Amino acid sequence: MPTNKKKVQEINAGSMADIAFLLLIFFLVATTMNVDTGIQRVLPPIPEKNQKAEVDIRERNLLLVHVNKFNQVAVANEIVDIRLVKDRAKEFMLNLADDPNLPEKEETVIEGLPGGKYMVSKGVISLQNDRGTSYDTYIRVQNELTRAVNEIRDQVSQEKFHKPFSELDEAQRKAIQAAVPQKISEAEPKNVGGK
Amino acid sequence: MKKKGDKGLPPISTASLPDVIFMILFFFMVSTTMRDQELLVRYTLPQATEVAKLEKKSLVSYIHIGPPSMSMQSKFGTTPKIQLNDSYRTTQDILEFVASERDKLSEQDKAAMTVCLKADVNTLMGVVTDVKQELRRATAYKISYAAQKAMGY
Repeated sequence: MPTNKKKVQEINAGSMADIAFLLLIFFLVATTMNVDTGIQRVLPPIPEKNQKAEVDIRERNLLLVHVNKFNQVAVANEIVDIRLVKDRAKEFMLNLADDPNLPEKEETVIEGLPGGKYMVSKGVISLQNDRGTSYDTYIRVQNELTRAVNEIRDQVSQEKFHKPFSELDEAQRKAIQAAVPQKISEAEPKNVGGK
Repeated sequence: MKKKGDKGLPPISTASLPDVIFMILFFFMVSTTMRDQELLVRYTLPQATEVAKLEKKSLVSYIHIGPPSMSMQSKFGTTPKIQLNDSYRTTQDILEFVASERDKLSEQDKAAMTVCLKADVNTLMGVVTDVKQELRRATAYKISYAAQKAMGY
């Protein structure tokens, strides 16, 4: 028995580092680290054949944003600088002065919101682009519109929960999202601004 | 002084080297994801400030749009092309692509499938619009326009 015990040798661990290095190099080569970020949108379903293509939205509830092939941006048929798009969108969504030309608001009961009720705007922003619009400009406009919604959400969140939107928990976030919906529609493709 | 010079420095023990390397290895295994496709198009993503992170990479399918990469340029020119999986495709193939991507997901994940559009900044919206229309037809409504996080204006 003692002779047997002596025969069992320790495994040499000297090459362990090399093996670990090999694995490490494999993972370095075969994997990527970057996190994908992007502007998230939900596309509208294709309307059924017997259904009317466009849902009736009252004129005051609709804000048209056009981008033509020269990358000019028009809000409500008026060419504006891209930096002003956000302010125009905010003004439209908030309608602080209850202007009859700006969207109506509807008192809605929202669960989890302090005060229970909130005047939810019925406004819809419709973004239309030309086939010749550059993707860069399109994304910049999308970004400005998202920024408008996010700023309003932050504002409402400060008012109701005294915290910025990013620090809210899931339920509070849901309540704010219901109070300030992100209604940005990507309209059916059209040729804006000629061919 | 003399004695020290004679002895030299004692050799650094390498016994813990494997442990250190394993630690780095585990860090990389946890924090990275597998590179699953080779890019055949070049793109520079647009910049945006209001970007959101794409959670759960397994639910995301990618559509790349951009001019062919340098090695492919002699064959395919420089007009923007659409890459699905590992080859150039046309908009007609998107329907099939979405269906096959959806098949890979489990039943409850199918509704959460997101398509990430990675398009070059210089692409014209015509191509992107065609892709979007095709995605609507394929009932893949959740999309994400890939953009880099910019630090405001």
